[in-house]
Amino acid sequence: MSIFKRSKENHTRNGQVYYRPMRDITLLRLFIFPTIILLIVINVFPLFWSLFLSFSRYSAKMPNIWGKNPRMIGTANYSRILTDPDIWIRFITTAKYVVLSVGGEMILGFGLALLIFRSNFKGKGLITTLLVLPMTMSPVIVGLMWQLFYDPNWGSFNYLLGLGRIDWVSDPARNLYSIVIVDIWMWTPFVMLLSIAGLSAIPRYLYEAAEIDRASWWLKFWKITLPMVYPLLLVALIFRTIEAFKIFDLPMGIVGRGAVAPRLLALHLYNVSFVTWKTSYGSALGYIMLIIIIATTSIFIKYLKKAKQ
Amino acid sequence: MKKISLPSVAVILSVSLIVGLSLASHQALAKEEFITIHWAQWAPADYLEKVSRDFTAETGIKVIVEQTPWETFVQKYNTELIAKSDAWDIIVGDSQDIGNNVVGGHYVDLTNWITEHEVDKTFTPASLTYYAEYPKGSGKYYAVPCEGDALAWAYRKDLFEDPDNMAAFEKKYGYSLGVPKSWDMLKDIAEFFHDPANDFYGVAIYGDNGYDSLAMFAEQVIWSFGGELGNYSTYKVDGYLNTEGAIAGIKYYHDLFQFVPPGFGNAFYIKSNDAFVAGIVPMSCNYLAFFPGLANKATNEYADVTGYFACPPQVGLDGVERQFAALGGQGASVVSYSKKKDLAFKWLEWFIRPDTQMKWAKAGGYTCHADTLASDEFLNATPYNPTFKTSMEIFKDWWACPEYDELLRTFSEIIADYVIKGNGTAEQALDKCTEKWKSIFEEAGYYD
Repeated sequence: MSIFKRSKENHTRNGQVYYRPMRDITLLRLFIFPTIILLIVINVFPLFWSLFLSFSRYSAKMPNIWGKNPRMIGTANYSRILTDPDIWIRFITTAKYVVLSVGGEMILGFGLALLIFRSNFKGKGLITTLLVLPMTMSPVIVGLMWQLFYDPNWGSFNYLLGLGRIDWVSDPARNLYSIVIVDIWMWTPFVMLLSIAGLSAIPRYLYEAAEIDRASWWLKFWKITLPMVYPLLLVALIFRTIEAFKIFDLPMGIVGRGAVAPRLLALHLYNVSFVTWKTSYGSALGYIMLIIIIATTSIFIKYLKKAKQ
Repeated sequence: MKKISLPSVAVILSVSLIVGLSLASHQALAKEEFITIHWAQWAPADYLEKVSRDFTAETGIKVIVEQTPWETFVQKYNTELIAKSDAWDIIVGDSQDIGNNVVGGHYVDLTNWITEHEVDKTFTPASLTYYAEYPKGSGKYYAVPCEGDALAWAYRKDLFEDPDNMAAFEKKYGYSLGVPKSWDMLKDIAEFFHDPANDFYGVAIYGDNGYDSLAMFAEQVIWSFGGELGNYSTYKVDGYLNTEGAIAGIKYYHDLFQFVPPGFGNAFYIKSNDAFVAGIVPMSCNYLAFFPGLANKATNEYADVTGYFACPPQVGLDGVERQFAALGGQGASVVSYSKKKDLAFKWLEWFIRPDTQMKWAKAGGYTCHADTLASDEFLNATPYNPTFKTSMEIFKDWWACPEYDELLRTFSEIIADYVIKGNGTAEQALDKCTEKWKSIFEEAGYYD
C-alpha cells in the first residue's frame, strides 16, 4: 500500500472531485523518509560493510575480486590486533591521554566556572567570552598553530616560559604531554560552560538554609554545589572522554603521524587504513575502538541515570 | 505594504551576485577546453602551471594544476583513484607509487606512445626506469618523467672557507675542511661545527614525517655503505637488508642524527631549509626541488655564500667505493578515468618537446630530457644545476611494488626507533625490519 495514498473521504461537488488535504502522518513520512534513506546510505550501510570487511582480507586500493579481495578470513584480523604487543602500548598511551586531558579539563573547567560564577567584577561577560574562544577554533588550525609555538628553535612557548630549547614536538618522551596541554587549553571552556549552566540552576534557598545552619564553605560545596552540578559534569565527562579517545586532528597538526608521534589509537587507525591501505585490518581496529567507547560511555550513562534519580 | 529592510536587500543582492557569478564562471569554464593536473603543493607545481600557459596560447586548452600538501598528497590521489574519479586528467605521482596505480588499473599504459614519440630515446634511461616503468625491466611504461629530483646538500661556503675554521678542523681531524669527499668526512664536519651551547648545530637532515622522509635518507646511506633494501626482482630481503653494509649505513644515520638541531625528530624539507636560512647549521640535506629558496636572497640571507654538493661517495666495509642519492621526483601519468584523455595526450606531446623542456628547466623545473640536461644553458642557469646533473647520475629508488607504502611505514617506524629514539642497535632494527618485510611479501604472495 502506498504511504502517500489519498484519503478515501474525497468528495464530489458539482461534478468536480475535491481531494482532502494530505494527512499529517503522510506528510510526516514524506519528510522523514528521505532523511532515513540518506542515513541508511551514508551511515548504516558503511557500518555493516566495514563490519563485513573486518572479517576479511581486503585493501581498498586493489581491484575488487570476490574471493581474493575481499577474502573471508574469519576473526584473523581481530586476533592479530589483540595479539600484537604494540597494540597494548597504543591502548595504554591512549588511556593515559584520556585520563590526563579529560582529568585536567574537568578540574580546571569546574574550577574556572566556580571562580567566574561566584565573583562579580566588571567585564565578567567579556572574560567568559574570551575564555570560550579556543573552543570555537578549528582543531587542525589549533594544532598547526601550537606546532609553531612549540618549535624549540623559533617558537614562543619555551621563550615565554624561559625553558630553553625543549623539544615538545618530536621528542617521544614529551610530545604526548604537549598534546594534552593543547587539548586542555582548547576544551576546558567546554567543561566551564556546562558547569556554569549547572551552577546557575542551583536554587539560592539551599545555600541560605545551609548558612542558617552555619555550614562551612567545604560542606556547602560537598553537599550542595557538587551534587547539583554532578549530572552536567557527567555529561561533560562523557563527551570529552569520547572525543579524547578518538583524538586525531590535534596530534596530526602538532606532531604529525610519523614514528615519533605518540602511539595513539586514532593515528594508528589512520596509518593502517589510509597510508598502508589495510582496509579490513583498519575496520577491525575501528570496531575494537567502537566497543571500548560504547563500554566506557555505558558506565558513565549508568552513573548519569543514578544521579538523575 | 510591508517595507523590506536595508540589510535584507543587501543580503538578497549579495546572494544573487554570488549565485550569478558562480553560474557565469561555471558556464564559461564549461565552454572552454581545459585539463586538470594534480601534483603536490610546492614550487615546481607553480612552475608547471606557468610554463603550461604557452600550451594554452598554442592550443587554447587551459591547464589547471591542482596542488595538495605533501603530507596528504599520495593519500588524496589514492582515494580519488580508488573511487575511479575523473577529477584529474593527469597525475604527477610519486615514483614509488607507480606499481600501486598500475596494478590498480588507474594509469593508462603509455608504452606504445612513449616509443612512437621517442621518449625512450630523448629522456635519460634512469629517469624512464624509475619514473615510468613498471614492473622494473619489463619495458612497460605508464608515465613521462616530469620532475627529476634527488637528495643533495647545501652548505655555507663562508664557514667552510673561513681560515680559522679550516685551521681548527685540520688540527682536529688531520685533513682539510672542504666539500665532503665521503660520508665519514661529512660526519666529521657536522661534529666539528656542532655547538649547542651557542645555538649552532652540525647538520640539518630528515627525521620521520610519517611519509618517506626518514626512509629516503636511510636508503642512500644503506646503499653507499654497501647494503641493499632487497632484490627488486625476487623480492628477497634476507641477506640484503640485514647485511654488514646496511647495518653500517643505519648506524651512520644514527650517529649523524646526534648533530641535528632540537626538534628534528619529525623534520622534513621545511625544517631542513628553515634551519639553514636561520643560520643555525653549516649544511643541510634536502631535495633539490627545494633549493630555489636557498639560492634566493629574499628568502635566504646567506644565498650568496651558499654552495651545493651531491651526496658524497663512501668506501664500504668491503673496500668498494659507492655513491648513491635517494631519488625524489615524479612522472606524469594519464588517469584511466579521465574523460579528456585526448587533451591530456596533447599536453604530454607538448611537454616532451625539447623547446618546452628547456622552458621547463629555465622556469625552475628539473628536466629529465637528456639534451637539455647536458646543455650549458641548463648547467649555468642556477648554482645548483650542476649538482642536479651529478645527482641524476647516482640516484636510486625505493621499492615500487604496490606494497611500497606498507614497507615504507614499517621501515620508518623500526628505523626511527633506533635512529631518533635511540632504542636498541642498528643490527636489531634491520633484523626486525627484514622479518617484517619478509612477512609482507609472503602475505602478498611474492614467494608462492
